[in-house]
Amino acid sequence: MKRCYNFWSSVCLMVLLFCGPAFADDIICASTTSTENSGLFGHILPLFEKDTGIEIKVVARGTGAALEMGRRGDADVVLVHAKEQELQAVAEGFFVDRHDVMYNDFVVIGPPNDPAGIKGLGSAVDAFKKIADQQAVFVSRGDQSGTHTKELAIWKQVDINPTGLQWYLEVGQGMEKTQRIGNEKRAYVLTDRGTWLATKDQLEMEILLEGDPILFNQYGIMAVNPEKHSHVKYEQAMKFIKWMISDKGQAAIDGFRDKQGNSLFVPNAK
Amino acid sequence: MAFILESFQSAFLLILRLDRELFNIMVLSLKVSGSALTSATMLGLPLAAILGLTRTPLKGFFLNLMNTCMGLPPVVVGLFIYLMLSRSGPLGFMGLLYTPTAMMIAQFVLALPIIVALCHSAIVSVDPVIRDAALTLGATRSQASLTVVAEARYGIISAIIAAFGRLMAEVGAILIVGGNIAGYTRVMTTTIALEADKGNFELALALGIVLLGMALFINSLLLIFQRKGMVRK
Repeated sequence: MKRCYNFWSSVCLMVLLFCGPAFADDIICASTTSTENSGLFGHILPLFEKDTGIEIKVVARGTGAALEMGRRGDADVVLVHAKEQELQAVAEGFFVDRHDVMYNDFVVIGPPNDPAGIKGLGSAVDAFKKIADQQAVFVSRGDQSGTHTKELAIWKQVDINPTGLQWYLEVGQGMEKTQRIGNEKRAYVLTDRGTWLATKDQLEMEILLEGDPILFNQYGIMAVNPEKHSHVKYEQAMKFIKWMISDKGQAAIDGFRDKQGNSLFVPNAK
Repeated sequence: MAFILESFQSAFLLILRLDRELFNIMVLSLKVSGSALTSATMLGLPLAAILGLTRTPLKGFFLNLMNTCMGLPPVVVGLFIYLMLSRSGPLGFMGLLYTPTAMMIAQFVLALPIIVALCHSAIVSVDPVIRDAALTLGATRSQASLTVVAEARYGIISAIIAAFGRLMAEVGAILIVGGNIAGYTRVMTTTIALEADKGNFELALALGIVLLGMALFINSLLLIFQRKGMVRK
């Protein structure tokens, strides 16, 4: 029996050791896969931590999920890219102090032989219309992310609701997986340029449409409203927001390069 | 098929180099799954013994429930724990969401039914003669029960190994409640899922091989205990 007690007491000790408490001076930032997986946070967060001593923990989700995290009070600050949704959430009182931070753009990629013939159209709305007319396969994120929101906005302008149509595949996955499914299906995909630059070597696809103003992709940062959730670390969140829109933060964003040396985000805080 | 060879190669290199980041990820995996497993065993084994050795009301229902819960989808468990621990949920005041503790809780819920159901079946398949013999030799009821549990240790360790396998391989629940935060809640399986997402398939496969190696090591340790249980019989 003695042996038994020794065993159980060591087990208890182990469990106690592993249940570490949460630490005080760190905040949770809900953000999107495009910022985390591109390596942007890996570049700028160490700089911010050195300046302020505040540690930022990033949970990368789609924009819809990230906003929901903020609404529920499970994050202190969010950095996402769906400006209309963001402004709406601010108007509803869930977030405060929203600022533009940086932008990049969306591009439409597809098989190099371009079965729907959208290359050179210059207008995303025209291109989407042509894809629908030709019933060319289109793979959609289908996950309420910023990219998905943008895509739906374009379909709305085309005046088509593609949901449920045979050539329209809603996969409900992240950007990289959606691209890969598009690659296998020889389909068209709307993607942010950052993810495309990171993955294009693995795909037999190319950019078929870019530069249309509608494809502009604005990233915004905002704090969770401390009046809705009294536990949020508003002070630290504001330090992060102020740093991101300061000259220092903006320069850090500007200085970020991906592995291939591409510049992925253009700072544009006012 | 060259990619398999390449993955083994880079897995080997990963272990040789063992940079700090990977090491921390491996340790966290073991911490989370290990503590979930030990706490599930501490609660599950006595529960299984009570179910197996006493006449408890609703026993059949409870066992059926445990057997069914062995097939719980991790994503559902993760979502449930998420809603419980969320700041807007009933346990939100504890501030546990997106911590290793939250991951441990989710894995505990996943492991418990396996431990209870499989330990129960190990305990009830011990020859009843042993219990009777213990009682005849003057053992109290609880001492006799302990003898039966000790006799069932071979099957009990099998249960622990099965539960450990489920926990180490699990990604759905810990991704939801842990958030896959770099350097804080990122474990082996969520790293593999992330690298696969990013299209780094070779790296993901190599990490999978490392994970398998870890499981092999732990299982070897458990097997040593199990053999001891066999020889004495």
